[in-house]
Amino acid sequence: MVRVGIIGIGKMGISHLAILGANPDVKVVGVCDTAKMMLDAIEKYSPFPCYSDYKKMLEEAKPEAVVVSVPTKYHASMVQELLEKGIHVFTEKPFCLSPEQGAPLVELARKKGLVNQVGYHNKFVGTFNEVKKIVDGGYLGEIYHFLGQAYGPVVVKAKGDTWRSNPEEGGGCLMDYASHVIDLINYILSPITAVKASMLKSVFSREVDDAVFALLELQNKVTGVLSVNWSDETFRKMTTSVTISGKKGKIVSDANELKVWFKEGPFPEGYSKGWNVRHVTDLTPEVDYYLRGEEYSAQMDHFIKTVAGKASNTINTFESAWLTDRAISLIKKEQA
Amino acid sequence: MERILFGDNQFFAVNHISDEKSMAQSMKFKEDAAIIKTLDIAREAGVETFMCTTHDRIANICEHIRNNPEKYRDFKIFPCMPYAHKYANAVTELGIAGTLKQYVPGNFFGSLFKGGVAFLSKDYLKIMELLIDAEMKMFKGINTPVIFLQNVITDLLLGLGMTDVLVAYHDYVQKKYNAEAGFITMNLPKLLETLEAAGIKNPIICASINKAGFRMSGGKERYEEILKQNRCRVIAMQVLAGGAVSPKEAIEYVCRLPNIESILFGASSKTNINETVSLIRQFDKEVVPIP
Repeated sequence: MVRVGIIGIGKMGISHLAILGANPDVKVVGVCDTAKMMLDAIEKYSPFPCYSDYKKMLEEAKPEAVVVSVPTKYHASMVQELLEKGIHVFTEKPFCLSPEQGAPLVELARKKGLVNQVGYHNKFVGTFNEVKKIVDGGYLGEIYHFLGQAYGPVVVKAKGDTWRSNPEEGGGCLMDYASHVIDLINYILSPITAVKASMLKSVFSREVDDAVFALLELQNKVTGVLSVNWSDETFRKMTTSVTISGKKGKIVSDANELKVWFKEGPFPEGYSKGWNVRHVTDLTPEVDYYLRGEEYSAQMDHFIKTVAGKASNTINTFESAWLTDRAISLIKKEQA
Repeated sequence: MERILFGDNQFFAVNHISDEKSMAQSMKFKEDAAIIKTLDIAREAGVETFMCTTHDRIANICEHIRNNPEKYRDFKIFPCMPYAHKYANAVTELGIAGTLKQYVPGNFFGSLFKGGVAFLSKDYLKIMELLIDAEMKMFKGINTPVIFLQNVITDLLLGLGMTDVLVAYHDYVQKKYNAEAGFITMNLPKLLETLEAAGIKNPIICASINKAGFRMSGGKERYEEILKQNRCRVIAMQVLAGGAVSPKEAIEYVCRLPNIESILFGASSKTNINETVSLIRQFDKEVVPIP
């Protein structure tokens, strides 16, 4: 049994808590939030011990691992404190407000030998992993272009004041939404190292960006486009996709469907010349408990397994999330 | 419950395998008349139960049904609440308390006495009742014999160990609407054990059941074992597993399983509706004595 505590039970935290609660290898030893409304509900109806002060929770409940799902501006200080206390950490994305904030934490986690993971759940989506396999296998030939996109209906009218609408606190489409696509590009292709141009647009928000468009260059010198808009109501929910063009083929994939076109062989096993379509139904490993998508359960299972020494700490490490923070900061710097 | 239930995913651009298809559906069903026409095709095929989410547009469909009582005399709706994306998007924008303020009917803090008191006294079950009432408003005057809790809420409560809330939902729906409570879930084995332990026997559970084992959390074998034991009234959904197996194979599998009371499916075209209905009827005759 892994003794887990959770700090923050907002939209993501509550889902992490349910997934942890359903995991037979986890004992939830503490739930912490400063919002009385949610905490009272947990206290009243759930079997978990509740705290309004996380320091008190760490002291009394003595978790060996903690899930941090609080607004981004609190990540750095909390993560540092947890690591210093020798606690394994899963934190929500984005990792920190800036690469400068995150860098010492990457080092600290390494030095202490603690499990560190960030909640970029797309790395646990079957289609995107299949894309990575095809790319890594070199089946697309020399890659010359990519397009990373995400659209959804988050801010569709001019109102609403939460931390997500405050640029100082990690709000905005770039940090909250585009970070998923950036992380996916870093993972599938190569880390973003330069930004040729970028535009951050407010559509409905007063203080933050609602859309991000950028021209990117990767460490391997491949270039491509990022296009993300969370004020697009033509999408029912967040839809993330990648298009990758190579000299021998092209992939278009979202979380549900992977379409790949091959000009010539060799092909990955099961694929052939021309268009090939694969669905998430065929590419998704089963989970023991499902809440909002297999990927949410799978990423938490992976964290728990890593803490228990049954998996290695290679997916969504602080280091990989730091590369995403760095790309975010480059996009901010280059904005027109 | 009828053997075949008609679902609504296609009307609201819910497509688990293709975002492109999802957008095409959103165009096809832009007008309410297109939804009504498709429902009528299903009725002609003998499917008189519509299982649908409490999406805003369902209110217009309900209005049409109320206005044509003769035509829809035998028609039933199984509401499934809540339409989760409405709340999920609102939570990102307004926070949890802000969302409750927006959706609990009346002025949350004052003018509506029940709501204000419930909020201030943190009577969460009362807040839940108010939300159920708000979602049920559109179905006034329509036969809704079973009322479902959507899987995202059922499974969230399940994971949080909030069994009392599941039970409260079950009891309130019976008491207030004289209807049976149903639970949609992606975790049938775990849910059933939890409900049984809380004293709810033979519950109505709608779950993903398909030959591919897709979204059958806890394992296909456990589902099949539970079905043999006849411990709950099961509605099989996602029987086509997003197209992973052929319709014929998919339906044969579900029809061969014991103790599946109903099969839920959705389709946009007359051809697909008629094909699915006739496949179910054909396999029911051939392979399974319905207990």
